Amino acid sequence: MTLLEVRDLHVWFDLSGSRQLHAVQGVSLDVDAGERVGLVGESGCGKSTTILAILGLLPSSASVAGEVRLEGASILSPEEEVARPHRWRDIAMVFQGAMNALNPVKTVEAQIVEPMELHGTAEGAAARKRAGELLEMVGIAPSAGARFPHEFSGGMRQRAALAMALACDPKVLLADEPTTALDVMVQAQILELLERLARDLGLSLILVTHDLPVVAQVCERAAVMYAGEIVEEGAMERLFHSPRHPYTRMLFAATPDLYGDEDVLSIPGSPPRLDRGIVGCPFRSRCDRAFDRCERERPVLRWVEGGGSAACHLNDLPAGASAGST
Amino acid sequence: MGVRADMSDELLDVEGVPAVGESGNWFLRVLRESRQAQIGLAVLLLFVILAFLAPWIEPYDVHTRVGPIYAPPSIHHPFGLDDGGIDMLSLLIQGGRISMIVGFAATLVAMVIGGGIGLVAGYFGGWADGVLMRITDYFIVIPDLPLAIIVAAVWGASLTHLIFVIALLLWTTTARIVRAQVKSVRERVYVKRSRSLGASDLRIIFRHVLPQIGPLLMANTVLTVAVAIFDETALAFLGLGDPTSITWGNIIEFAFLRTAISSGAWWAVIPAGLCVALMIMACFWLGQAIEDALNPRLKVAYVSPRVFRLLPPMTQGPR
Amino acid sequence: MSGVVATGALSPSAGETRAPLLDVRDLVVTYPVRRGIVGALRREPRRAVHAVDGVSFSLRRGEMLALVGESGCGKTSTAQAILRMIDPVSGRIAVDGLDITRLSHRELRRTRRAVQMIYQDPYESLDPRFRVRQAVEEPMLIHGLGGDRRERHRRIMEALARVELTPPAMYLDRFPHELSGGQRQRIAIAAGLVLDPALLVADEPVSMLDVSVRAGVLRLLDGLRRAGDLGVVMITHDLSTAARFADRIAVMYLGRIVEEGRATEVVRDPRHPYTQALLSVVPKRDPRDRATPQILGGEPPNPIDVPRGCRFHPRCPAVQDRCRSIDPELRSATSIEHRAACVLVEPWMESARPRGER
Repeated sequence: MTLLEVRDLHVWFDLSGSRQLHAVQGVSLDVDAGERVGLVGESGCGKSTTILAILGLLPSSASVAGEVRLEGASILSPEEEVARPHRWRDIAMVFQGAMNALNPVKTVEAQIVEPMELHGTAEGAAARKRAGELLEMVGIAPSAGARFPHEFSGGMRQRAALAMALACDPKVLLADEPTTALDVMVQAQILELLERLARDLGLSLILVTHDLPVVAQVCERAAVMYAGEIVEEGAMERLFHSPRHPYTRMLFAATPDLYGDEDVLSIPGSPPRLDRGIVGCPFRSRCDRAFDRCERERPVLRWVEGGGSAACHLNDLPAGASAGST
Repeated sequence: MGVRADMSDELLDVEGVPAVGESGNWFLRVLRESRQAQIGLAVLLLFVILAFLAPWIEPYDVHTRVGPIYAPPSIHHPFGLDDGGIDMLSLLIQGGRISMIVGFAATLVAMVIGGGIGLVAGYFGGWADGVLMRITDYFIVIPDLPLAIIVAAVWGASLTHLIFVIALLLWTTTARIVRAQVKSVRERVYVKRSRSLGASDLRIIFRHVLPQIGPLLMANTVLTVAVAIFDETALAFLGLGDPTSITWGNIIEFAFLRTAISSGAWWAVIPAGLCVALMIMACFWLGQAIEDALNPRLKVAYVSPRVFRLLPPMTQGPR
Repeated sequence: MSGVVATGALSPSAGETRAPLLDVRDLVVTYPVRRGIVGALRREPRRAVHAVDGVSFSLRRGEMLALVGESGCGKTSTAQAILRMIDPVSGRIAVDGLDITRLSHRELRRTRRAVQMIYQDPYESLDPRFRVRQAVEEPMLIHGLGGDRRERHRRIMEALARVELTPPAMYLDRFPHELSGGQRQRIAIAAGLVLDPALLVADEPVSMLDVSVRAGVLRLLDGLRRAGDLGVVMITHDLSTAARFADRIAVMYLGRIVEEGRATEVVRDPRHPYTQALLSVVPKRDPRDRATPQILGGEPPNPIDVPRGCRFHPRCPAVQDRCRSIDPELRSATSIEHRAACVLVEPWMESARPRGER
């Protein structure tokens, strides 16, 4: 059953001089109950903006179009009455750098209780009891809740941020670069925790990151974003073993593997500017297999063999045909 | 560790637009983008030009009586006459000149003292920092007005003394701001890199630190001018200024002393006060606009109560 | 063109057996922890952060050594000590045979040309007000090198070409904010190269860059050390990067090297339990590659309170009783170069000899 549906999401940001930055260009994403989906891309691709849009947390300089539906109900709206009831109770988020954004003058327990009281799911002693349970769930001794964030290590603060996100028992958890600033071992602990929680609580998880191996480890499915749009989407295994978009393929090739023998690639060039309209495929200037159709026509996401979709003209060519024959 | 994938990349670095203060012509950019800065600078320039041209444009000589005492405004004298029958407009123009000279000069002295102390304390730290900051604290703690009164009384009233008294009141703020900025710049990676390469302190100060704190210093200077002019007015009004010179503050003071209010001669008081107020406002607007521009995050709140616009369905986009 | 080091006073004996480019022996770096008045009154013992607690390694020209470890392991402090940005408490650091451990800062000027650091943050390591030309020129101006303007200009162009920013003329007048992260990092490397150094110390050179540009910069460093006879010490937390680009890896934990050797050996046949655990938790690209990770409990401990005995024993999955009291030395494990500091390591020399010969 599809829990969260994002349909044709666009986000523009106002820039100085009446220009606009088209940060998200028609993103559609479905997440089923209990599914773990990765949203992968490099800086500037629009992945963080996308999940902020899902929660409705964009500033006044943003213009949004499209739909976000949770269990069928539309939740994308600047009206607080529409969006707010779902925030934290249905969809919650662990922000990028959350472990550095904890309130230094409140105890950890108080910060976990806060969303419960704000959203009316519990209060007083009952809330504190649940806070203790949440702390235990994330691997922190409940008694440590009386301490302040600066007394926690980085990994523990990230766990605390996770507990805060889970305070109102949401159905969907959005995690933005949850392990980026952490050591490898602590990262492993947090990822294992995320996986376990998702399973035990039946959570759906959208994991936003630039780190492909992290997504490969935690998620069953992933969407790769480039220049504001999803360029490929599918099961992790298919993405790795038979990618259908050159960017996906090259991104994997650019990620060094511990034991592999192949050369580690770099992708020449840089992403296109998003404050101007894009003609043709946004990846064509860096693609090693671009041909003339890529200059004229922007590819759309289409179903591909093996499941999932990709936005690349190469997939339209009959099998065996070379790119020269158009 | 980790890639800087936060929203600021998507918002600000579109065409590699620099943060203000990080390239040569930042001042022009601030001017271009801020209506507030434009107005502030325009008013400021207007006053400065008028003051500069004072000897040529004042309609009447400021020492010659041209009419009855407290004559009301008329066509020949748009601001009336003062208690000595002297044209108010000429007085205002001349007064503006002196007031601004005092204001700018006091600011300059304050900048030099405060900037120097802040620079040394911030850059070298250690005991120099401790000593200098204790001295600064001492000056902050001393109440402004009694200090001014005592210095004026002991030293005598003259413009030069006035300038120094005001500078004495102003330098501490500059010192603290400069120190904080210098400390932070000193910790930047590129400064550490220069030091590890063996660059001398002098080189680092002149090539890295000063250019980086330049914009902030500029904003602080402009704002200090506002305070300096206000201080001059206040001190003159209290009779601590130079009674032989013509400043806006003196004009107001004389008007009060010479019963302008009870005579109903508002034109002897209000225009001068307005000039001071306008000048201060202009400085504030310009200075604040520069400060705001240097700190863009003050203006944009990412996760804020202000919400986004939702466009109706079936749109291609706002363009 | 060989570096300043080879021709200057730093290399007194240019004989057959050349000293290694970098030789670090028993390096110790500690930072005192301030007690404060209350602590002093209560007579609490003075504590110190034992950032580096006896580290030894050497590096030859043309080699790349990766110092790998988690936060608190001392890799950054080691790098800073090599550059004399902080002063070691004891030990010896020698660059091309010259002991620089206790040289005064004036005497260090020459070494400062020979050893250059590349910093982690490409957004911060360049002065935003300097154009590229000025950023690359500055080291020369500081050291009074490069004669006249034309000579300096030539060197700048040469440095830019070496870091593959072509055509160099296009970059000269740009400001850092006009360049991407990868380009900025290349500028930083160019500024380091302009003095013809012998040793580059790269502190997480690519961790703040996008994945698609990392390999380019790493391959640049790799190429530089092969072509220019440079030595590179690369500090990184990313084992995959270390495994693919470095010749040798030294794994650090709480101020010590716990395992070192050829990169391929350390990665394929780790002998220290910490290395084994670390390698097992590195996420793999292939979703089918699901070896069971050995996730250690707890966090990397504080270098203020170093455990007695083996410093890893509180978290070690293979801990034995004797580990609480023995502080193991590095011992050769699978080859003479591959060493690990663990009681479980059977010394290579002994086990290699046939039984009868003992």
